[in-house]
This record gives sequence, structure tokens and C-alpha cells, in this order.
Amino acid sequence: MALYQLNVNGKQHNVEVDPATPILWVLRDHLNLVGTKYGCGIAQCGACTIHLNGTALRSCQLPVSSVGEGKITTIEGLSASGDHPVQKAWIEHDVPQCGYCQAGQIMSATALLNNNSNPSDEDIEAAMNGNICRCGTYTRIKAAIKTAANS
Amino acid sequence: MKSIKTGIGRRSFIKRSTLASGGLMLSFNWLASCDMTPKKVKALPKEWFTLNGYLKIGDNGMVTIMSPNPEIGQNVKTSMPMIVAEELDVNWDDVIVEQAPLNTTLFKRQLAGGSQSIRQGWQSLRMAGATARDMLLSAAAQTLGVSKNELSTNAGIILHESSGKTLTYGEVASLASTLEVPSEVLLKEVSEFKIIGTSRKNVDGLKIVTGQPLYGIDYKADNMLIAMIVHPPAFGMRLKSIDDIQSSQMPGIRKVFAMKTHLDDYDLGAFDNDAFNEVAVVVGNSTWEVMQAKKELKIEWEMAPGTKKEMDLFGRKMTVETPAGLESTEDHKAIFDKMSKTKGRVVRKDGDPETMFKNAAKIIERNYTCPFLAHNTMEPMNFFADVTEERAILVGPIQTPEIMEGSVSKRLGMPIEKIDIQMTRMGGGFGRRLYGHFLTEAAVISKEMNLPVKLVYSREDDMTQGTYRPAYHAYYRAALDENNNLIAFHVRAGGIPESPLAANRFPAGALDHYLAEDWTAPSNITVGAFRAPRSNFIAGAEQAFLDEVAEAAGKDPIDFRLELLERAAKNPVGTNNDYEADRYAGVLKLVKEKSDWGNTDPNVHRGTAAYFCHNSYVANVLDVVMEKGKPIVQKVYCAIDCGIVINPDAAINLAEGGSVDGIGHAMYSALTFKNGMPEQKNFDDYRLIRHGEAPKEIEVHFVKNDIDPTGLGEPPFPPIIGALANAIYKATGVRHYNQPLISDKNLAG
Repeated sequence: MALYQLNVNGKQHNVEVDPATPILWVLRDHLNLVGTKYGCGIAQCGACTIHLNGTALRSCQLPVSSVGEGKITTIEGLSASGDHPVQKAWIEHDVPQCGYCQAGQIMSATALLNNNSNPSDEDIEAAMNGNICRCGTYTRIKAAIKTAANS
Repeated sequence: MKSIKTGIGRRSFIKRSTLASGGLMLSFNWLASCDMTPKKVKALPKEWFTLNGYLKIGDNGMVTIMSPNPEIGQNVKTSMPMIVAEELDVNWDDVIVEQAPLNTTLFKRQLAGGSQSIRQGWQSLRMAGATARDMLLSAAAQTLGVSKNELSTNAGIILHESSGKTLTYGEVASLASTLEVPSEVLLKEVSEFKIIGTSRKNVDGLKIVTGQPLYGIDYKADNMLIAMIVHPPAFGMRLKSIDDIQSSQMPGIRKVFAMKTHLDDYDLGAFDNDAFNEVAVVVGNSTWEVMQAKKELKIEWEMAPGTKKEMDLFGRKMTVETPAGLESTEDHKAIFDKMSKTKGRVVRKDGDPETMFKNAAKIIERNYTCPFLAHNTMEPMNFFADVTEERAILVGPIQTPEIMEGSVSKRLGMPIEKIDIQMTRMGGGFGRRLYGHFLTEAAVISKEMNLPVKLVYSREDDMTQGTYRPAYHAYYRAALDENNNLIAFHVRAGGIPESPLAANRFPAGALDHYLAEDWTAPSNITVGAFRAPRSNFIAGAEQAFLDEVAEAAGKDPIDFRLELLERAAKNPVGTNNDYEADRYAGVLKLVKEKSDWGNTDPNVHRGTAAYFCHNSYVANVLDVVMEKGKPIVQKVYCAIDCGIVINPDAAINLAEGGSVDGIGHAMYSALTFKNGMPEQKNFDDYRLIRHGEAPKEIEVHFVKNDIDPTGLGEPPFPPIIGALANAIYKATGVRHYNQPLISDKNLAG
């Protein structure tokens, strides 16, 4: 066990956990931020996507000991009221079906748009390919990303 | 009825009183209000008045509508309350939706399955709204001292036309809640609908995109522990002994033990699954700590004997035998080869197919197969349980809460009245959560620990302990005469361990000479309903076969089907045909028109298919283009007849998803076995369709009619597989018979 001070969504949090604990479980079990989802635990589904210093990462493969003073942003930190352009586009296109993967999809999409304000279909497919949607909302996700890009 | 004051977030007043205190102990207001935009929070009334179990009206006219059924992503949490709001005649913006508690007195069939929620809820949802509206009108008539039939309503306002006086629902709700429930009410005409047929956003949308807790796996309670299970590594094995010395001393671990999900004398129900009835359990403080302890747990497994179990299928007692042994996919293929050449059980026979085949000018024979599939809901199986001597509180994702209530009651030896199952939004269902053994497991673990526990399956636990889509085989044979007319049709379909045959579906009824046989082969691999059970295979096989028959007959594939359907409509063969030929033809005609069938770019290769299942009709045209020798699905057209469409944009979303899901599973997904062990355990080796593989565009069209609505969760899935196979044939010149299609290296590119 070791003590860590984490910067999550602009706030400092202290946690005492095993150094190998993935950020995913620190968020979910210790910080009560359950928007970041567990899907596979091996960085294959994207449900646990967060931003570390603005880069999209799979939090299930990110040990708490590796984060240091890095700035973590989760879906809850994107905007609490849903007024981030990507969240608004998701609502506008009514993207979710079951909704479970969508936090991860939104975090991947947001990181994509931060680096590429006008992504092509191919850019979107490449950036989002690590995020599985079992309900099959892919065409809506693409449309929502384009809407967000234009806003 | 009487008015009951309820504050914000108060659990439903219709909860069983014996559980009220226990329920309140849990995270207050955790699940209650789900449609709480800031605007609506601001507009909350001071007082709520209950009109019936489905709804309450605030003194300011706000309305809370209960959504009775479990939400698995099929949009019922939005679309079912829309039906109530329609008949109540309120402004949808004034409606707050709550997930109803499990209450079998107030609500019928609180189950997500068979695409039946809307179809079977339709009348009761309308009645709930109409009854309340009628009571509000009676209250207004009393208040104004006028006759009720002089009053009309419009979006929550009651108008007395001759005097010009108005009252809001909020103003008369208090009085209305004290009135007798009318024995008869008027329902709206379809043409009067203002909410049904208009697109309304998902009521949980804001919570989803802001990451608010909604799912069972998100659930928390004070002093809650985390539990995980370890099940045998192979079907056909069972737990022998546990060496917990190391794992139980690991940090954060509270207990390691063996547990039986069902007791030995329990008659399994239709939705009980006990492939691995005895499992090891690790309970600890946090998920990561429990995951680490699982790795250190030393378990000895042994071969399990074959079993003969008594099952209670809704009152019908049945003996189910499962064999011993460790099965492999190779064994299953050998069974397919043998059984497809062996005469099956005749399920339907029309005319004299044997003679027609003997006299045929041309015979086409084909074999189709599909593998086992895991459901792979993105939210793995999980459940929260807080079981004490006095009561059990269970919270989580379950498609069959009512049925599992009975199962857990027997396991705990606790009367149903003391068991409170609360439904969370589910991170996917697809049939997997019909089988709620994880709910029972959570309850047993909580009882053992005497503390609240959340049981969570890892992805590997989830994928390797499924109620899988069975592996199926279908053999088809068609006889053509010298003029290329289809004169006889034969299907022999079976599977491990159930048959996918639907003997009375098209083309039965369209042919004078028809033979349908089935067969089954026993297995100890557990199977269950998977999105559009049986249809999810047989539709694609049948529709691919019909494509070949049409080609052999020199006919356009849509016209070929329409000719058969015309026969089935005008002069059907047999009386058991379970489809309406006119509606079937209707979707084919619509997709033909919308896709501009026949007028195509030479680089675009088109396939078509149509199917009827779960009371709805779907036809597809699917366009493939070849890129670098690889087929790309460019566009999908869906034409659907599901009667009245409640929430069009959500219905389109569901049809898009069903199409992507069907294409994905047919193309990429398989669960194979080696010595009883699933060979795929996570998404690194189990392929699900991804962004880059999804159709580039999907267009959905509905047949417009006033027929009572049917469901959409399943019907768009089966036919798209046939359309895909047929389009790939057009694109590559090669027919593919075995799913996943990608197993053919030529398609992998």
C-alpha cells in the first residue's frame, strides 16, 4: 500500500492503495467516480478511456503509481452539466442505446477533436477503433463527432 | 385512492411496506429519478398526488411516470412512458420518468425479452394514462360544477369551452386522486396522437453522457464489500477443493469460500443456469484486491458426471439430461456432418416433397453453420445484495426480475414479500441477463458475509460462463422443374443443443410441397436466448439459400420472394403459417423502392433479405464495395413493419444497432471450445465489430399503418445476415456458408 495524491478533474485526491492498482479501480472504488467503466481490463474495449494530460488512455492499464502529478480527466470532469460540445452532440444525435460504453466513446472522441478539429471519416474510424459499442451505435457516434467538430 | 405526499427522491409509495425501511437504508434517491435535467429539478412540485401505479401528478402540473420494464438499451424507459403521457394528454417536457419498482400487482410482465415490452405493455400503458385523464376530468367537472362531457384536455390543461374556463392538471390532481377509478375510459384515435410517433430523447441521455451512476456495477452502499467468483475452467468440470491459505491472507481480502448457487434439491426454472453450480468466492474490500487474490487461489477441479435435472418450466415439469465429458468445436462439427445427413424429426410436411424431389429437373442443396456466441454485454454480469435475516435487497441488471425473485426466494428460504429486487439501467442485455444466477450468487454471498456485497464478474468470468447462442446447422434443399419453377422445399435444421427450426415461417405456406425436419444433440455447454433466438441463424441461412434458388431460377431475388408471398397471401398452403404474407411483402416492396433496387453502380454489389420474427417484419438491401480485395459494407437499407412506431428516432437507432450487430456477429464473432474450455476469453481474441467495420451509412424506413405496435429489439438482427452474405457473393462471386464469414481467409483481406 502507498499513498498517492492524484489530480482528478482539477481536484486533489488522496488515496492509499496498492501501487499496481489501475486508475480505473481507483476512480471507481476509491473516488466514487463511476462514470469510467470497466469492460475488459486489458485495454481492448475502450470503456475505461480517460485523459491523462489531455491524451486518451485506457485507465484499466494505467497503474496509479505511474500517474504522478499528471492531470486526469474523466467523463465527470468533461462537464458536469453536459454542456461540453461532444456531450451536446451525443444528446443531439441521441447516440446511446444501453449507454455503457458511451463515456469511453466520448472521451476518445474528445481527445480526437482536441488534436484534429475537422476529422475525416477515416480519422474517426482510426481514432475510435479501440472503443467497442456492443449495441452498434457506430454510425451515430460518427455523426455526433462531426457535429461536435462543427460546433 | 388517496393522495400521498411524496418528497423529491422518495422511494415509490407502492413499495411493499415491509421493505420500506430497508429500502430507505440504501443510497437515497440513487435510482429514483432518472430524467432530472436542471430545468425539471427547478420545476419540482411541493406535493405529488397519485392517480394510479403508473403516475403521479404534482400540484404544479409536473407528472412522474413510472417505466415498468427493465431497460437494456431498447429505449423502453423513454418509449413506455411516452405511451402513458399520450393518453394522459400532457406536455412531454413536464414529464419526469422513474424506473418502477418490481411490483407484480401493479405492473404486468416486468421483463425485457422477446421484443415484447411495447407490444404487451401497449394496452395497459394507454389505460394508465387514459384512466388518470378521466379522473382529472371528473375532478375538474366537480370543481367547475359542469358536466364532464363539456370538458376537453390539451397538454395538461382542462378547458370548459362554453365558459372559457380552464384548470391545470396540477390544480385538480389533489381532488382527482381521491376519486374512484373509472371502469371505462376513452382511448385516443391514432390520428389524435401528439407524442407517439414523434421523436423524444432518451430520458437517461444526460446522465449517460455525464457519467452519472446508472448501472448495477456503479451501485454502492455503506460497508459494501466486493465479491468475485472463480468457476471451473471447462464445461464438464466441477470444483473439487479449494486451497485458500494464500489468497485469504492477501491485502483487503475478507473471506474465501465455496458456494452452491442452487441447492441440490432445487428444481431449476427456465431462467436458472447451473453449468457451474459450485464456484469459489473471493470477498474483499476493493475490486483490484479481489482480482489479485483470485490469481493466488489454488483450486482443484474434477470431471463432473452427467446430470439429470428436474426443471420447472413455468409449472411444466421436465427432466433435462446433460452428458458428461469435455467437448470441442471439432466434435460439434462432426455432429453437424452426421446429423445433417440423417433423417430428422418431421415437424411439418405439406404435399409430397419426396416425389417432387425425385422428379425434379434441378436440385440445389446447401449446408449452413454458425458457432456458439457469447453475449458480451459491455457491462459484465454483476449484482448488489444486502441480505439479512429479515429481508433481502437486490439491486442490479436483470431482465427477469420477477422470475429471479422466485428463484432467490427458494435459495434463501425467504418469502418473496421480504425480497426487494430493484432494476438498474443495464449495460446491454441481448438475452444474457434473462439468466440471473449472478443475482442468486450475490444473495448467497451477502448472506454468508452478513454484509452488503456487490458481485462483479471479470470479462473473462463473463465470457467463459455464458448462456451462449447455440451452434446451429441447417441443410436446405430445393427442387426446380424444367421451367425453373420452385416445386419443393426441404429444410433440416438442428443444433447443439437445440434446433433453430421455425417450421411454419416463410417459405412454408407458399409452396405445395414442403418438408421441415429438426434434430438436436445434447451438450453440457449452457445455452440460452441470444438476441432473436434461433432466428439469428436460421434467417440468414434461409435467406442466403433463397438467393441461390432465385439465381438458379433466373429471377430477381426480391421479385422471387414477392411471387412466393403473393401465393402465400392468396392461397396459402396449410393453416399454421405464422406470418402475414401481405405485411411481409410490404417491407420488401418498401426496401425495393427506397434502395432504388435494380438501378445500381457497377462497383456496388447488392444483397437483399427479409424476415419475420418477434411479431415484426424487416427487409434489407445491403451494399458492398470492394476495397483492396476486401468487402466493405457501404450502405444498409432497412424497411420495417412494426405497426405504430412510438419513438421514431429511437426506433431507427435500434434498427441501426440491430443491423450493425447482425453484420458484426455473422462476419467476425465466434466462441470455440477445446476440451470444454472456451478458447476466447476476452476481446483480444473474441472479435466484435468495431467502428471501421461498421456500415458507412444506414437508412431505416417504416411502413406506415395503424396496427398495434410490436417490438424492435430483435427483428432487425436476423435478416441483415442474409443480405450481407448475398451482397458478398455479388461482390466476390463466392458464396459463404459458415459463420463467422471472416473465417474464410479470402474475406479477411
